Amino acid sequence: MSAPSAALRAGSDPYHIGHGPAAGVPEYTGHGAGGPSPKRIVVGYGFWIFILSDVILFSCFFATYTVLIDARNGGPGPQQLFDLHNTAIETACLLLSSFTCGMTSLAVARHNLLWSEITLAITGLLGLTFIALEIHEFLGLAAQGAGPTRSAFLTSFFALVGCHGAHVSAGLLWLGTMMAQFPAKGFKESIRHRYLCFSLFWHALDIIWIGIFTVVYLIGVITP
Amino acid sequence: MTLLGKLTLQALPLQEPLALYSGFGVFAIVLAILAWVIIKGYGPYVWREWITSVDHKRIGVMYCILAFVMLLRGMADAIMMRAQQAMAYNAPGYLPPSHFDQVFSAHGTIMIFFVAMPFVIGLMNVIVPLQLGVRDVAFPTLNSVSFWLTAAGVLLVNLSLVVGEFDKTGWLPYPPLSELRYSPGVGVDYYCWSLQISGIGTLMTGINFVTTILKLRAPGMHYTRMPMFCWTALASNLLIVAAFPVLTATLAMLLLDRYVGFHFFTDTGGGNSMMFMNLIWAWGHPEVYILALPAFGIYSEVVSTFSNKPLFGYRSMIYATMAICIISFTVWLHHFFTMGAGADVNAIFGIASMIIAVPTGVKIFNWLFTMYGGHVRFTSPMLWSIGFIVTFAIGGMTGVLLAVPPADFQLHNSVFLVAHFHNVIIGAVIFGVFAGYVYWFPKAFGFTLDETLGKWAFWLWLIGFWVAWGPGYVVGLEGMTRRLQHYDVAEWRPWLIVAEWGVVIVLLGIAAQIAQIVVSVRTREQRRDVTGDPWDGRNLEWSTASPPPPFNFAVLPDVTDQEPYWDMKERAREMGHLTRPEPEYQPIHMPRNSATGFVTAFLAVVTGFALIWHIWWLVVLGLIGAYATFVVFAWRDHDEDLIPVEEVARLDRANRAARSAALQHRQLRREAETQREPRE
Repeated sequence: MSAPSAALRAGSDPYHIGHGPAAGVPEYTGHGAGGPSPKRIVVGYGFWIFILSDVILFSCFFATYTVLIDARNGGPGPQQLFDLHNTAIETACLLLSSFTCGMTSLAVARHNLLWSEITLAITGLLGLTFIALEIHEFLGLAAQGAGPTRSAFLTSFFALVGCHGAHVSAGLLWLGTMMAQFPAKGFKESIRHRYLCFSLFWHALDIIWIGIFTVVYLIGVITP
Repeated sequence: MTLLGKLTLQALPLQEPLALYSGFGVFAIVLAILAWVIIKGYGPYVWREWITSVDHKRIGVMYCILAFVMLLRGMADAIMMRAQQAMAYNAPGYLPPSHFDQVFSAHGTIMIFFVAMPFVIGLMNVIVPLQLGVRDVAFPTLNSVSFWLTAAGVLLVNLSLVVGEFDKTGWLPYPPLSELRYSPGVGVDYYCWSLQISGIGTLMTGINFVTTILKLRAPGMHYTRMPMFCWTALASNLLIVAAFPVLTATLAMLLLDRYVGFHFFTDTGGGNSMMFMNLIWAWGHPEVYILALPAFGIYSEVVSTFSNKPLFGYRSMIYATMAICIISFTVWLHHFFTMGAGADVNAIFGIASMIIAVPTGVKIFNWLFTMYGGHVRFTSPMLWSIGFIVTFAIGGMTGVLLAVPPADFQLHNSVFLVAHFHNVIIGAVIFGVFAGYVYWFPKAFGFTLDETLGKWAFWLWLIGFWVAWGPGYVVGLEGMTRRLQHYDVAEWRPWLIVAEWGVVIVLLGIAAQIAQIVVSVRTREQRRDVTGDPWDGRNLEWSTASPPPPFNFAVLPDVTDQEPYWDMKERAREMGHLTRPEPEYQPIHMPRNSATGFVTAFLAVVTGFALIWHIWWLVVLGLIGAYATFVVFAWRDHDEDLIPVEEVARLDRANRAARSAALQHRQLRREAETQREPRE
């Protein structure tokens, strides 16, 4: 086999590959040009991949909901059951909590413990209100005899909305842990990475909720 | 509600001597191994160096051991089924139906989830970071959690052998049979919870490896310089991330049906059981490629190394891999053409299924052309690869037959189908992981495996496979359906007896593999791999010592070529010395060991067992424990250990000395050869 000449090989790197980033580029991007990415990029990227997988999980529940929406088994449908007032308050809580979650990100970036804790606490309270409203709605439906075992439609409704609710509850647990970690550990690198992941998670749940609000409640009430 | 839920003494198989004895046999073996470890004083070593290890190489080895042990279990199930069908002509055989049903369900579940998956993931763990030229995966502790969750799933499945029963509905629990109404026992629950637990582990592996491959590579390693095994691992892990959530969701729905009376798949209340088929195969078909693609990557490495040539058509191989990755999500409906989705839908999925054979064909030709004109060395990894090409080409063709909807209406759920998927899973995945296992064994352990026994193992497996499954095609065409506990068709009988002998030949192949391990370990001093590069390899895993130091590379390699290590060797040969002068060594931070994975798995087993038997207080306790583990892990301050600079320098100097010696040795040999040969 004929190998290229040594001269060609030794100086054969027009793109300056393998010698670190070009001047003025603060971080390796990880596209192979400059070696492994820094931890912040790796952690955030990995968590993005997780969120994508979680979105796929939700997409299964969305799909089953749209398949089973007419399988009422003689029971009530969306128009008889859904109350848009309750949903509007829920949506407002969740969207506002995303805003306060964003404020926490700013406070964390400035290493401001007081504002981090205050905005996180408000985020948590809004999340709790959302969960309380959802439980209230679920109990109300069950009291009307429209629980998840009534029909396949209600099964898929409770599973989809409940799956989101379970995610928000897990997020609240995480939020509480973060509130304990800030004062205990300070704003060291690993804690900031963790908060980055939490905020990604919280915002992603908002996006899912927009999907639920549209597909389940809005379309459900509009279509006869 | 009682304290132990549904669990009573009747869960023990006191009336079934076979299950009882085998259960106690396994229990005794596990106890004996534990006792041996403790008495010999290996306990602390095993705990520190293996159980709590977050080193990707150690985790990979544990995955492979787990897979091999479960291969023995799955194989025992296979022999039981073949023996039953060889005997049960106009007769009840020796396995009652309820037991036979559990055996075929367990066989499929174990072979796919706990043999093929951990073997493939194990090899990826050992090799991918080494090939990328980095020190570990993106999330080492998460990697340990993934492994231990898989092990937790294994434990639950095997627990069902003694406590209660296993699923009787096949390896995919199709409703309405798997609903509470028709399967009131704990079998389906064992299946669902063990797969939920191990499935979360697999999903985290997928996230971990996608991040590793896309974000952690040695300087200069462009996408078009990544070794083929890394490319296929990337495709496989992308599929895991996209497909495993579907499995999680589907099994969650089935569990909701069974536990709290939901109506996803029930035949009452408006449930739709065909939705289960769609969902489970939207995961299930990509799963086939999750297993097969890394095997294709292994063949690419092996064929190129042992043909002493670069891989033919490297870029077309990348395109083919990614094409398969995407098309694999568009073919799931071919698993149930008979559902009645209509001619148009069936035609689209039939055509998509045939199209996926095209990139696969591209791969076959690339391997053949890699061998063409090369100095092929017929080592046992190479034999596995050639055996694969022949076997898999046939299996692929029967697959294209099944992709034709009208033909599928005849062949659906026949033994022809079962022969087809054994042909591709054994022919591609199992042969592939064996090729990779022999090929990379010296990298992981520092000595090579015995070649004679390795070749015996290959021939016994190859012949055994065809003797066992060639008849499957025949009886399938003769109309035999799958999963028959007994039958009365005289024409089938001779073929089924032949198949029984086939499985015995495969068993001899496994015996040869066990003998190979024993012999190789005993003679390991003669077969030490001192150079770290026993096969004259081409990628970066061969540039570090065998076994590699904990940090893999003292200094990350500079990649300037598609075959980084071959390129380095070529340049070193021309220069007459190593390409890099001795670097200035730095101390290296490595992730610290953690018991998080082991504790999580322990709690997962407890919680899973409690869920299966409806022991609700224990479920709550297990979940609180899981949250506590999470908090303890999140609270730790020191997550890295420092490897001192002297240690780094010592290990790397030894590696450099070995490389230099190999280079000198090679040059002396070259010179001697050129003197002996007459000049033209």
